[in-house]
Amino acid sequence: MDVELRGITKRFGTVLANDNVNLMIRGGEVLGLLGENGAGKSTMMNILSGLYSPDAGEIVIDGKAVAFEGPGDGIAAGIGMVHQHFMLVPVFTVAENVVLGVEPTGALGHLDLKKARAEVEEINEKYGLHVPADALIEDLPVGIQQRVEILKVLFREADVLILDEPTAVLTPQEVEEFFGIVRSLKEAGKAIVFITHKLHEILAVSDRINVLRQGRITGEGDPKALSEADLAEMMVGRPVSFTVDKAVAQPGKPMLEMRNVVMLDDGDDLVLDHVSLTVRSGEVLGVAGVQGNGQTELVEAIAGLERTASGKIVFDGEDITHASVRERHRQGMAHIPEDRHRMGMIATFTIAENMVLNSYYDEEYTRGLSVDWGHVQETAAAFCVDFDVRTPSVFLPAGNLSGGNQQKMVVARELERQTKLVIASQPTRGLDVGSIEYIHKRLIQSRDEGDGVMIVSSELDEIMGLSDRIVVMFEGKIVAEFDNTAGSADRNAVGLAMAGASGETTSGAAA
Amino acid sequence: MTTSIGKRALDDAGRALLQRTARGRSEFEDLVVVPVFAVIVALILGALIMLATGVDLPTIGKSFVALAVGSVGSLNALSETLTASIPLVLAGLGLGLGFRAGLFNIGAEGQLLLGGTAAVVFSFTFPSLPFPLLMILSLIAGAAVGALYASIAGILKATTGAHEVISTIMLNLISYRLLEYLLRQPYIQKEGRSDPISKSVPDAGQLPRLLDWIDPNLRLHAGVFVMLLAVAFVWWLLFRSKIGFAFRASGANPDAARYAGMRSGLVIVAAMATAGALAGLAGAAQVQGVLGRASPGFSAGIGFDAIALALLGRSHPVGILLAGLLFGGLEAGGRQMQVDAGVSIDLIGIIQALIIVFIAAPLLVRAIFPWGFRKDAKGGKA
Amino acid sequence: MTAATTNAASGEKIDSGKARQARITGGILIALALLVLFVLDVGTGEVATFKLSRPRDAIVLGDLVVPGSFNLLVAALLAFLGVRQFLRGGVRWSNLSIGIGLALVIMAFLVWATAGKSFSLTGMLQATMVRAVPIALGGLAGVLSERVAVINIAIEGMLLAGAFTGALIGSLLGSWLGLAAAVMVGGMFGMMLAALVVTYRMDQIIAGVVINLLVLGLTSYVTSQVFAHNRSLNNAQVFRAWKVPLLGDIPVLGPMLFQQNLFVYGALILVGVSTYYLFYTKGGLRARAVGEHPRAADTLGIDVYWTRYFHVTLAGMVAGFGGAWFTLGSVGRFDENMTGGRGYIGLAAMIFGRWHPVGALAAALVFGFADSLQQKLALLNTPIPSEFLAMAPYIATMIVVAGLIGKARPPAADGKAYVKE
Repeated sequence: MDVELRGITKRFGTVLANDNVNLMIRGGEVLGLLGENGAGKSTMMNILSGLYSPDAGEIVIDGKAVAFEGPGDGIAAGIGMVHQHFMLVPVFTVAENVVLGVEPTGALGHLDLKKARAEVEEINEKYGLHVPADALIEDLPVGIQQRVEILKVLFREADVLILDEPTAVLTPQEVEEFFGIVRSLKEAGKAIVFITHKLHEILAVSDRINVLRQGRITGEGDPKALSEADLAEMMVGRPVSFTVDKAVAQPGKPMLEMRNVVMLDDGDDLVLDHVSLTVRSGEVLGVAGVQGNGQTELVEAIAGLERTASGKIVFDGEDITHASVRERHRQGMAHIPEDRHRMGMIATFTIAENMVLNSYYDEEYTRGLSVDWGHVQETAAAFCVDFDVRTPSVFLPAGNLSGGNQQKMVVARELERQTKLVIASQPTRGLDVGSIEYIHKRLIQSRDEGDGVMIVSSELDEIMGLSDRIVVMFEGKIVAEFDNTAGSADRNAVGLAMAGASGETTSGAAA
Repeated sequence: MTTSIGKRALDDAGRALLQRTARGRSEFEDLVVVPVFAVIVALILGALIMLATGVDLPTIGKSFVALAVGSVGSLNALSETLTASIPLVLAGLGLGLGFRAGLFNIGAEGQLLLGGTAAVVFSFTFPSLPFPLLMILSLIAGAAVGALYASIAGILKATTGAHEVISTIMLNLISYRLLEYLLRQPYIQKEGRSDPISKSVPDAGQLPRLLDWIDPNLRLHAGVFVMLLAVAFVWWLLFRSKIGFAFRASGANPDAARYAGMRSGLVIVAAMATAGALAGLAGAAQVQGVLGRASPGFSAGIGFDAIALALLGRSHPVGILLAGLLFGGLEAGGRQMQVDAGVSIDLIGIIQALIIVFIAAPLLVRAIFPWGFRKDAKGGKA
Repeated sequence: MTAATTNAASGEKIDSGKARQARITGGILIALALLVLFVLDVGTGEVATFKLSRPRDAIVLGDLVVPGSFNLLVAALLAFLGVRQFLRGGVRWSNLSIGIGLALVIMAFLVWATAGKSFSLTGMLQATMVRAVPIALGGLAGVLSERVAVINIAIEGMLLAGAFTGALIGSLLGSWLGLAAAVMVGGMFGMMLAALVVTYRMDQIIAGVVINLLVLGLTSYVTSQVFAHNRSLNNAQVFRAWKVPLLGDIPVLGPMLFQQNLFVYGALILVGVSTYYLFYTKGGLRARAVGEHPRAADTLGIDVYWTRYFHVTLAGMVAGFGGAWFTLGSVGRFDENMTGGRGYIGLAAMIFGRWHPVGALAAALVFGFADSLQQKLALLNTPIPSEFLAMAPYIATMIVVAGLIGKARPPAADGKAYVKE
């Protein structure tokens, strides 16, 4: 089945997400769609799957123009989408999730789960997906959940599969396995649209590449004839180097030491399993791992957001195991949280208010029981200038800023004071390349001024580029440690460790 | 990393950022157009309901005249309007403060009942105290008990995550029974009565009437100053104080507040207690200024009307004051309407409920009055 | 658990949530044991007599005579359960122990209150069922709307609207049409709630509170404006009890379940039907998907808005039926605010019953039991003020909501508006 997008335009308010986009998708072929965050890839695919309707343009399937009114129409036309954020009901079983919307039924609308199960097994067999039909989604690892999504699409007999950033939650080895599945789908004659911002992945699996920038198609090509540098330039619009300029680290005294820290979740399962690590002043420690292996909890333990069940945390020589968030902050710990919208800022508050979110109580900003807002506003203005936060006024609600400027605001708030330790969790997730470069520069600058810096990221490239030393987390444990002075760590070995293979330990800091 | 924060001079780029952004048209629509439309539509619907229940047109006309005259048409009407608005505004301030802190306190009714009862009990327990002292201490007793009662819901939420809507509803139901029980206790019950009613507040504990030198029937009492003080206090608390910033932050985004080191448990309990204190104060003002004693259901639904008030006033102290005056006027006018036109005062309850429907669903008002709004004022943002 | 045990061996102290909960449960049980031992102690010589049948029943059972020492046994059992929890208890055991413990305490309480007297158990169970009906139907209305993630505070208003309409239309056109009208008006308010929260994206709690205020205002207004002068408009025929042949003759259970009026049978059938619907049919699966993950449902072509409208309207109809109980099933006449917070108790029953129809019914029976017990206690002349007993269900609800007895999980999207992109 061939699908063509002709002159698709989509506008959200004043933002032009797609601007006269043309795209050709053919059966038995993998089309790679490359673009930065915010380039309009997801919008385009949501239009193709029927979730959004375009303001202009048409979708042509096998020569016939079609109009989708809702996602149901997309499915009916044989177009299935695997979303970046899984669309699975966690408390339903795999079979229930797969049949949802197209349920086999008996009399009186009775749900025929036996039949559903059998059909799930059949597809499992055909494409080698190996998904347990009766397991609850919430009990499955993310890698398997993704296969459930693919199963869902295949169950609906889709001929076009749209895969939106499918590798974000996978280890490098799982990515290889996943590419295997993609190839077997291609051989079965399916058309695949593979959306990503990762250059090496798109080169590895695509038959044809389209590059999207600021809502427009800016490049098209054959992966065999293109290099990563070519693609990067097409994607960003200028030559970019993805390596971070930095001198060799000068590690000093330990700034943060964790010893056998254990944390349990609500159901008493171990989420941090005797974690020990050290961050020294003047070095960047990267924490690698597939999302959901305890990194969030690690950061929460360090920042004092969740109680630990046992173990000890020492910050610059002081035991802070039981210290409050505010005390840790006051002692010079900066924390850039992983989700700026949910944890890092308040969208309805002004930029000025957001700039003092965790220091408003400080003598600097108060007079008696009142906050000295005049002074806060002046300080916030200075911070905005220092950190290149582009805004017309500090009275603007933070929610009105672009993602990159929001993150720069958060970074400014955390770094514009005496700091000793910087914890940066997914510091560049969802940002444009310009903002990414800027934030990386500021983090390295903190390191060079003698702070201990810890970076937690699910983007292995980011970890490899920034860190002087790397630890890998898997299932709540630190399973490996690598020295990465001058990028010396073996990418493949780190990837293996992310999948749980116990790797070598190249320096003695981990207990 | 080292940066010299504080008293450094701002360069031009920085100073440019200190320009206030102009108040947008959508803000004006939100603060003025929607409430005005809401009140007008609610009044029109009220008229339709009267029609539907067989009230003839001249009587409906008479009702609206009575409503206007009874609320602002005379000195007595103004006095009644202000008197009715005192407990409404006090309780509404508490609820508005709760909303700002992200707490949906439905329990003002119970806090008000128990606070008022506490004020009565305190005042007749110490009848020998001199005038202003007994009055002030009784008010404080009412506020304290209201705060304590509300804190139960706050503590439950802070420690276990129990939703405050359910627990405050339950606390309301409990308070009705508790009041009934208390009012039958020999220490509290009025001598020689078998029905549940309390002893009276001694003269020294009452909020003095302000206008009885003009006409002894004018009921406006000193509670009006308590109300104005409370408006100023809540404004300062929310928008200038340190704890108020934590209230607002926790209400707007509890996760971000927690990540910023604000202690969510403390904020919840403090906000709930403050809200309860204001509701308790409302109860105390009502018994010390108007009723003189406690009886079952003396709150007369003020605690629920206050929810409407806080919404109408956009949880802003000044807005709540204005909304309270409006509701006080409806209350006073409604009584006049019942007398003059023979239309049940329950109609006012319907009008109040309709006002909140339109306030809380601005999209609905936009749908009814598209010409009152700039097109696409809240256009979709990606 | 495994982590805790291995680490205990190495002398490491791990503070676990489960252990804490087991300790709390143990503490509660031991406190209950002390309560039974010292407060509910019955003189050893005294006996409590429970009547199991009424003289005119088809099958007459003898009286159940319980000696006062029963309470000592209960105290011992409670203490055993408590200590067991304290020393080693998992979450599953915690819930079970608390359940058994509460049942034991209620039995001990009845024995204590009846000591030296006699008391009709059957009569009370029958009254329990009757009083549970509006609460169970309110709870079911809550389940139906919260399963599609719409918080329904408006149950109270829907009950009141049903009661009012039942009385008015019942007086004008007869009870059956009155019942039908009550169901329709309930559904109308359900649809209004859906419109406010789904289409106009009003805060769900505010919308519920507003509907309650609106219904209270409307019904009170008409009662004082119209009914006061026209009593014939507020005087409907009541549905009488109808005994199911044979089943109604079963001792104890017969009078409770099979000698009741239309509303009791209706409630039981509705609970059964909605359980089947929610958990075994296509429509139920879709409804639950909308409540758990509306976006996922949307991407699969399920119309989230329509699903919410449909189920919230259905919830309103169920509540309207429950509301008619107050007038057509009981006194035939409407009084201002006659539901008296039963809708809120229904909401509590839903939480108690963990968002499951059968659970809501079970919780409603507990509330109904407390309600009828309160009535009977006045007759038994116990030293406990009836107001305190009346408060007990509310306090129990707060304890449940606080999750002190195991946490219940509401539908994941509960209370959140869904904005289509």
